[in-house]
Amino acid sequence: MSDLALHHALPVAPARAETAAGRWNPYLIGAGIGVLSWLVFVIVAAPIGITTAGAQIAGGVAALAVGQEAVSANAYWARNPMRLDYGTLFLIGTAVGAFVSALLRGGLRVEHVPSVWQERFGPSVALRYAGAFIGGAIIMFASRLANGCTSGNGISQSLQLAVVGWVFFATMFASGVATAWLMFRGR
Amino acid sequence: MFPVAKETALWLAPLFGIAFGWLLERGRVLDYNVIVNQLRLRDFTVLKVMLTAVVVGGIGVFVLVQMGEARWHLRDANMGGVVLGGLLFGVGMAIYGYCPGTGFAAAATGRTHALVGVLGMIAGAIAYAYAFEGLRGSVLAWWNAGPVTLADVTGLPASLLYAALAALALGLFALIERAEGRGKAV
Repeated sequence: MSDLALHHALPVAPARAETAAGRWNPYLIGAGIGVLSWLVFVIVAAPIGITTAGAQIAGGVAALAVGQEAVSANAYWARNPMRLDYGTLFLIGTAVGAFVSALLRGGLRVEHVPSVWQERFGPSVALRYAGAFIGGAIIMFASRLANGCTSGNGISQSLQLAVVGWVFFATMFASGVATAWLMFRGR
Repeated sequence: MFPVAKETALWLAPLFGIAFGWLLERGRVLDYNVIVNQLRLRDFTVLKVMLTAVVVGGIGVFVLVQMGEARWHLRDANMGGVVLGGLLFGVGMAIYGYCPGTGFAAAATGRTHALVGVLGMIAGAIAYAYAFEGLRGSVLAWWNAGPVTLADVTGLPASLLYAALAALALGLFALIERAEGRGKAV
């Protein structure tokens, strides 16, 4: 075997190794979220969820634009008013936890366009931002319609064997795979 | 002793949130590429994380409820809302590359496109609040099956369903690991 061939046979340690630093096994992460669910069910009797709090915060933002009276008169926000309650504080904690984790493992970095998007749609920041904004608007509207997102329905309801959780899990995954196929067709 | 008083829960909320955000970040699911490659069926990190969370969390919570240490927190299966919502959600998730929790957390790690998506989420929530009146009389009124579980629907005991779920998950994980092992060998 020539030196060149031997070189090729060696495992390459590409940029991946750098991004993998400080990362944990996905089964361990899943088990961690499972154990966190035990804790929150027992200690605070409030399953993990994100979007109810997100909608409340949106009500707070809308109040800046149209005034608190108009927001209070809305049938949805009347039921889910903006307040610093358990859910909103949990949501803020989620961002803090992600920030600290990335900081401690040296994973904080500015990213305008992720590489898989760029390979398919090019380096345009405006295009990626447009996709992120539209996609973000859709998932929030959809999770209010479904009364929960990947966390509140997909994990917290599914783990209770709730029909709403499994129907959400299945429909979201099927439509996500179909959409990704259309977006990345032939790649 | 448990659950704690509401005021105490407010102090604990950020701590539980921090743990959740930490786990998401260490689990690589704040990476757009990882989530989108899951939807392209090229990277199964997201499925491994979610399904393990459901199995471990579910069996533990089931035992805790049997012991009287916890209670169920079931939501209604409002079929029109959850089916349409789930289908729409998948479309948005493929375009954004995140779900609400991961997008919000990813925005805190320097990913500016994830932050733009958070602004989109706020817009989506406002749109929903204004559409709510109309949806309440239509989609959300079609078929509400109530807070039912798979145990109610199938008539099988929950313990059996959890055992079956764990077995299915283990089988699926074994298949995924074998396929990934083959992928690396090429």
